[in-house]
Amino acid sequence: MGDGGQKVLEPKKAHSTGDTGSGHTGHEPETSPIGSGLKKRTKEALKDDFLRKAVAFTTDKLRGGRLKAADEFGDWETWRERGRAIRQHTISHLDYYLGQFADNVVKNGGNVHFCHNGDDAVSTFMDIAGRHRAKLVAKGKSMVSEEIHLNHHLEEQGIDAIETDLGEYILQLARETPSHLIIPAIHKNKRQIADLFEADAGRPFEPDTKTLANYAKQKLRNYFLEADIGLTGCNFGVAESGSITLVSNEGNGRMVSTLPKVHVVIMGMERLVPTFEDLEVVLNLLARSATGQKLTTYTSILTGAKRPEDLDGPEELHVIILDNGRSEQLGDPIFQDVLNCIRCAACLNVCPVYRNVGGHTYGSVYSGPIGAVLTPLLQQDMKEAGTLAYASSLCGACYEACPVKIPLHDMLVHLRHRKVKMKLTALPERIAFKVYQTMFGSVTLFKLATKSAYYLQKPLARNGFIKSGPPPLSGWTQSRFMPMLPKQSFRDKWAALQAELAAKPRNGAPAVGGDAKAKGGGGHDAE
Amino acid sequence: MKVSLFITCLADQLYPEVGESVVRLLHDYGCEVDFPQAQLCCGQPAFNSGYQDEAREVARGLIRAFEHSDYVVSPSGSCTGMVHHYYPYLFENEPEWKAKAEALVGKMYEFSQFLVGVLGVTDVGASFPHKVTYHPSCHAMRLLGVREEPQQLIGAVKNIEFTDLPRKEDCCGFGGTFAVKMADMSEAMVCEKAACVCETGAEVLVGTDMGCLMNIGGRLNKEGKPVRVMHLAQLLEEGRRA
Repeated sequence: MGDGGQKVLEPKKAHSTGDTGSGHTGHEPETSPIGSGLKKRTKEALKDDFLRKAVAFTTDKLRGGRLKAADEFGDWETWRERGRAIRQHTISHLDYYLGQFADNVVKNGGNVHFCHNGDDAVSTFMDIAGRHRAKLVAKGKSMVSEEIHLNHHLEEQGIDAIETDLGEYILQLARETPSHLIIPAIHKNKRQIADLFEADAGRPFEPDTKTLANYAKQKLRNYFLEADIGLTGCNFGVAESGSITLVSNEGNGRMVSTLPKVHVVIMGMERLVPTFEDLEVVLNLLARSATGQKLTTYTSILTGAKRPEDLDGPEELHVIILDNGRSEQLGDPIFQDVLNCIRCAACLNVCPVYRNVGGHTYGSVYSGPIGAVLTPLLQQDMKEAGTLAYASSLCGACYEACPVKIPLHDMLVHLRHRKVKMKLTALPERIAFKVYQTMFGSVTLFKLATKSAYYLQKPLARNGFIKSGPPPLSGWTQSRFMPMLPKQSFRDKWAALQAELAAKPRNGAPAVGGDAKAKGGGGHDAE
Repeated sequence: MKVSLFITCLADQLYPEVGESVVRLLHDYGCEVDFPQAQLCCGQPAFNSGYQDEAREVARGLIRAFEHSDYVVSPSGSCTGMVHHYYPYLFENEPEWKAKAEALVGKMYEFSQFLVGVLGVTDVGASFPHKVTYHPSCHAMRLLGVREEPQQLIGAVKNIEFTDLPRKEDCCGFGGTFAVKMADMSEAMVCEKAACVCETGAEVLVGTDMGCLMNIGGRLNKEGKPVRVMHLAQLLEEGRRA
């Protein structure tokens, strides 16, 4: 564990907007409630063969790419450990690094805005837009802007926001939200995209990648030139220089951050690394884990606004640093490490739940295993969002894939525990686990219960199986048979087995035991 | 060498033959096997559902049951993983119990881990003339780091026609209470796993965890597929008698 964080103090030189006090934007897009709608959304996603094929196809490709890239890199576990150490150190001293980062942004002619929540961040952006009488905002890919539903607010204010990342642009035409951290339109296939472009252009399109990409390029080029404001996210802020690092494969990040007169960066407060040396490590981990590339096609490192001697660049730079529930995790012995995330989506790409149901099923901006952990924590809502913690079989594939070793599988269990502690689980379930504790606390009771079960199962038996049963058993039998309890359990058979072995010569040469204790039963240490 | 069997509640009640195979094998390799009757459950069903207080009390029972054992061997990577990975955490505020929990961790092994790592056995002299595929369990792999051992043991079996399972490291969707609580997600996962098993054309699916095998087997049964599911210990012990 880290040495605990401090609540972040606002560095003196940074100016910040006031705190409006409310935790969230209050402008959720119209979806079913995160928790109570989960099962309904799951059913819908599972019926959508197009979605499942598209998601499975792309995640498989990304997953294979990651394994190959990690293998080629060599010594992957050492790199993972370095990545973990860098992120953990940064988060443990986040107040210091935020201060350093903000000072350096200001030194280089930029402005820093610390925003407590989504409302703060939106109004900060609107102030900037208002001062420049902005009509058109060209956006690079930014999950944080999705988190605060910025587009929705811009639309309300009559400001055009154009997504310039191809995936995001497709979703904007479809009026949908991203369903993956790095491939926002992962759930769409080429035919569906061609249909969207046909509707947009009023002419037919072949569902071919090049044709579709070319159309989007032509459309977007003008926006880069016309936009009053370029908005981007930030993959990593470098504290020692105040630089903003953007990685992309389409090059739109460079256009958006250099062509418009005003560049606004919006980033989560945890998105920092101390030095360029650290940046080298995390960029390697990010690209390899995300897409299997050594590095993304474009890596832009932007420091400050345009200086008089510079040929290009924005005349004005604003960096909006968002808390929105992040600082609540600082100092938490279990959940602080969630802030180590570098948003590579490797956990989504290996998650068998995500693979089957896609990102929208999670009902929030962040999906997959990281979303299931992050959403309830950021929203500080265990009742609804906390239900996402159950959208996992706890297989641990996410931890194994995570380039900074976030123990997501442990966090999911601890979130469930938090829900139990807050008495937010159903009463029948609470009673069931009390009964479980009692029954498994006494051999006598256990035997009595299992013997009763042996007789109780008889009416349900069909040809040696239980093929359907009342709830909660029906959850099992809807898709598989249940074996019958045999007449004798192992414990019933033990005496006879002992007698059999006592009379039986050993029929294999006793092996020489290895150094048993040294191996100590292995297992990774996710603490 | 004195070895205590931790049978696990699932294998005790539903698959007693798995425990019998484990005991016979260990006996053949010179172990004096005992079965502490006080053992019940490791607490994982409660722990994974978030009921840590209930899990802790059940865990105490398991720790007590094996207090005087030299080695504890279990035919489940999941239950062994629970002990290894979460017991020290469960008792972090009770130094005396934490020490006891750590003592159990130090002497507890999953079956294949014990056979290969402690007894140094990879070839049990079995012959099994069938087409077999193997599903590695998530918790054995990822909580315990048991990856090679089952493969080594299967690899040494004579006359076996082994075929690799596609997407083998994907979870089968069991996840304990997940299978019931999130039945639709679990169903999608188990259907995909069952399809992968059928794709291999194997007559036998072997594994190291009866939870997963109950799940995949239950699906194969429902689909009327003629695939037998077996614990690795059963396959090895049957193969030795062949």
